[in-house]
Amino acid sequence: MTERDGFTAEGGHGAVPTAGVPTEPAPAAVRSDWDLYEVFLRGKRGLNHVHVGSLHAADPQMALHHARDLYTRRNEGVSIWVVRAADITASSPDEKDPFFEPSGDKVYRHPTFYEIPDDVPHM
Amino acid sequence: MTETLEQHFDATLAHEHRIEPRDWMPDAYRKTMIRQIAQHAHSEIIGMQPEGNWITRAPSLRRKAILIAKVQDEAGHGMYLYSAAETLGADRADLTDKLISGRQKYSSIFNYPTLSYADVGVIGWLVDGAAICNQVPLCRSSYGPYARAMVRICKEESFHQRQGYELLMTMMRGTDEQRQMVQDATNRFWWPSLMMFGPPDDQSPNTAQSMAWGIKRHTNDELRQRFVDMTVPQAEKLGVSLPDPELKWNEQRGHYDFGAVDWDEFMAVVKGNGPCNAQRIAHRKRAHDEGAWVREAAAAHAAKAKAARA
Repeated sequence: MTERDGFTAEGGHGAVPTAGVPTEPAPAAVRSDWDLYEVFLRGKRGLNHVHVGSLHAADPQMALHHARDLYTRRNEGVSIWVVRAADITASSPDEKDPFFEPSGDKVYRHPTFYEIPDDVPHM
Repeated sequence: MTETLEQHFDATLAHEHRIEPRDWMPDAYRKTMIRQIAQHAHSEIIGMQPEGNWITRAPSLRRKAILIAKVQDEAGHGMYLYSAAETLGADRADLTDKLISGRQKYSSIFNYPTLSYADVGVIGWLVDGAAICNQVPLCRSSYGPYARAMVRICKEESFHQRQGYELLMTMMRGTDEQRQMVQDATNRFWWPSLMMFGPPDDQSPNTAQSMAWGIKRHTNDELRQRFVDMTVPQAEKLGVSLPDPELKWNEQRGHYDFGAVDWDEFMAVVKGNGPCNAQRIAHRKRAHDEGAWVREAAAAHAAKAKAARA
């Protein structure tokens, strides 16, 4: 029984081992030089581009082609942006509270801050 | 410091909010997610092979186009998942290396051979049906990128299951020989499909932790029961029998009872003694090795084009 302990159906396609499976990232024996690109899709006209995932490509043109094949097989997009992941500057989750703090105490920026009698129309 | 970070992590889970890539997370959570997502990705990638086996021998152009689209989807699912694994710090080339060196595994269902075209239908119906049972709750996984990948995947799995069932209905309307092919494929894939849900709950000690982390939503036995209850009426409608003499409706439980799964067979297949283990990995390795010059040439072309622009 004990040898079965290390299995679970945690992945979608069924039971896989959980014991003795290395998860520490290591440099691969043959490293690919292809950059990681983040992919943004406009689902239809009138909507913003939305991040959908990432992929690897040798150059931006190939990234666009791969993004088309990977993320728009069923008309999910009318426009694609790709950007090298390394070129993205992001806010840090560690300083999340101080970073967004300036807007936290400005309740007067919200319409609900102001008390207006109910019988004033169109407000 | 760690204590407040851990409290923040616990509070996020308690509110059913999602954990996102750059959030602090316990090391064990990160490792579990990498393992879960990577081996799920490997399953999708290896899962292309049993059905890909029939693309050149599809019985009609319609079936061929459907099968190509389906196998392409499996590749896509693998790519969504590798992308999610990378948000945790995994390296995609390294994950491929861990798959073809056998250090990370894939679902044992793909170590069974596909002997006739009916297998394509039965894989869609039973194997993808079981995968859907597993995957739908994973759309609510606490790890954001994995949950989002699962939403995309589940939308596409529905096509996979329906094309399989339709294929089988078509064969059942055909000749006696075709009906026999469907029955034979069902007989071969029924028990391996039940094994996809993993060992019984009393032998799955990881389940409690995974459920506490919100990365597993139902136990193995719950999902297996759900799959059996869903599938029996589908089999009746199709006109095939499921190869289990103990299978019968239990009025009291409100569920179907079914026979014991042969976990010794499951262990043998996982350990590498299934019909196709060596072939699956050898094929993946060959494809990777033979693609090396393409990856290198594309990188060289990109470097040259970049230099010319500079």
